[in-house]
Amino acid sequence: MTLLLHDKLEEQSIYLPTVARIAAIRDLTAMEKLYTIQLPDGYSLNNRPGQFVEVAVFGVGEAPISISSSPSRSNGSFEMCVRRAGDLTGVLHQKKVGDTIGIRGPFGRGFPIERFRGKDLLFAPGGLGIAPLRSLINEIRDDRCNYGRVTILSGARTPGDLLYKDELAEWDARDDVDLRLTVDHGDDTWKGNVGVITTLFPDLQVYARNTIAVVIGPPVMYRYVLMELLGKGIPEGNIWFSLERRMKCGVGKCGHCQMENIYSCQSGPAFPYSEIKHIEEAI
Amino acid sequence: MGFRIMSKTAFPDWVDGLCRRYRVVGPKPVHGQYVFDDIESAEELDLGYSQTVLPPKKYILPPRETIFRFDGASVEAVVANSDRWTVALGVHTCDMHAIHLLDRVHEHGYQDQHYQARRENTVLVSIECLKPCTPFSFCKDMGTLSITEGYDLHLTDLGEDYAMDIGSEKGEALLEGFAFIHEPTDEDYRRVNQVMTEKWPNFAYRLEFDTTELPSLLTVSMKDDAYWDELGERCLACGMCTNVCPTCYCFNMVDEVDFSLEAGDRIRQWDSCQIDEFALVAGGHNFRGPRSARQRHRFLRKGKYQWEAYGLIGCVGCGRCAQACLVHITPVDTFNALYHRHRQGHVEEVR
Repeated sequence: MTLLLHDKLEEQSIYLPTVARIAAIRDLTAMEKLYTIQLPDGYSLNNRPGQFVEVAVFGVGEAPISISSSPSRSNGSFEMCVRRAGDLTGVLHQKKVGDTIGIRGPFGRGFPIERFRGKDLLFAPGGLGIAPLRSLINEIRDDRCNYGRVTILSGARTPGDLLYKDELAEWDARDDVDLRLTVDHGDDTWKGNVGVITTLFPDLQVYARNTIAVVIGPPVMYRYVLMELLGKGIPEGNIWFSLERRMKCGVGKCGHCQMENIYSCQSGPAFPYSEIKHIEEAI
Repeated sequence: MGFRIMSKTAFPDWVDGLCRRYRVVGPKPVHGQYVFDDIESAEELDLGYSQTVLPPKKYILPPRETIFRFDGASVEAVVANSDRWTVALGVHTCDMHAIHLLDRVHEHGYQDQHYQARRENTVLVSIECLKPCTPFSFCKDMGTLSITEGYDLHLTDLGEDYAMDIGSEKGEALLEGFAFIHEPTDEDYRRVNQVMTEKWPNFAYRLEFDTTELPSLLTVSMKDDAYWDELGERCLACGMCTNVCPTCYCFNMVDEVDFSLEAGDRIRQWDSCQIDEFALVAGGHNFRGPRSARQRHRFLRKGKYQWEAYGLIGCVGCGRCAQACLVHITPVDTFNALYHRHRQGHVEEVR
């Protein structure tokens, strides 16, 4: 009888990143940069909007970062918006064009855009939430005729914290996108609304049963925006969140992103409210 | 595949033979406690051991292991196993049930090749427990006091002999070429039957309710904030309970660099949901900040979430966490207290 010893991994390790190249870096604000990442051999990420990648900075570690570019504009590379918030992102911010990083993914299920077709879409990003939502917004913009009304309610702390200002201006200039901005604290140049994102809701008119709402922002934001959306009669199954946790491994093993019996990295991070309303630890 | 009989006088020769061919690990006494450690000869082995400090899980999911090496812009996965089988001798059945759960977790969804490489190179020789090992164990309640599958070989102590149940081709391979083993006679069947019949009354039930009700008990106890707050007040958040647990598998990944600052290793190491940073994210939000929330997570994960996600209860009743806890937080006390509180309507009050 011959029994084999396993002296090598039968397939590539799920924890082994692909080495990728930083193709471009653009400053968005004092705290956030937009990175264009080129995968080797023209390999495409093939992501869905709402998915994320694990970004490795060798010698520092690995962290989950949302994908900010839409699959419709991939061109063999993808974009991610990174706020300088910790050790890994601090080192990442010092990287130059041409430097290499590790990429694993994409992970998570993403948003089911095929189910959004023909619906009115209401996007409510808060702060850095615009980074993953930009992927979905641009995907829909590039296929605009297949969707109903598109409304974007976007909030930031100050005018200087607004991300993707040029794209916001571009969306604002279009007739088929209704963009409404607010900041928590205005400054001398700011002419728009001042207040948290929920202050944009009283003037908003929606056809509730045909509206899909997608909300991504800081943890504190969800329950307040949820109340506004439910208050307008938008069905629970039509309200989508991205519940980001410490998604350390991305493959449902390490336990850090667990919300009761589900792993956010695998079952989410995109969830309809109807799926997680019974999960105490969700929002 | 049935069982064979090996006399205890021949047993040391068999173990010594294994030591020459494989890496053999088993229970041995160290400073008044037992640990699973490398065995060079049968003399070191003590199969009458009570319980090891750490479960044999550590051979499949080590406290620290290198996942890959990086050097500048190149990365290379590290093979997760040695050049020969690791034979784990004398694994208690609770720890076998724990490995069964770990197997299910690591083959679910994405397969963890590092776990699987180690697992496939590990040969499990379990042993039937005939007396309680510590005052903290409650294996009878958790249904882990015996085992029907998953072992490569399974030993039952018949006094002067061992009954050796062959569970796999690997187990069969361990016996290959060893002459002092024979097919069971009618008398051997009688002895095995007697031992297996007499063992059960030696163990006590310690939970005051049927264990199949545990997931639903924990569901209704989720909002018993008063109880979880009390546990949180006592808990030191030291992480000992999860360190010694045979079913805990949460991990962190860290990079360690050499002097060049260019090359280094990515290390997987055990992590604990009881540590305050476990659910902390960049920006400073902690999704499970209070110790009460972390203790609640631990008990619900063991008794409810794992059952919902994988169809198996995440606690095997070994009692190691109870023994390790400095402030006497135990699963038996916790589950029984929740049961009584539910019956007395505490949960309804807090709603």
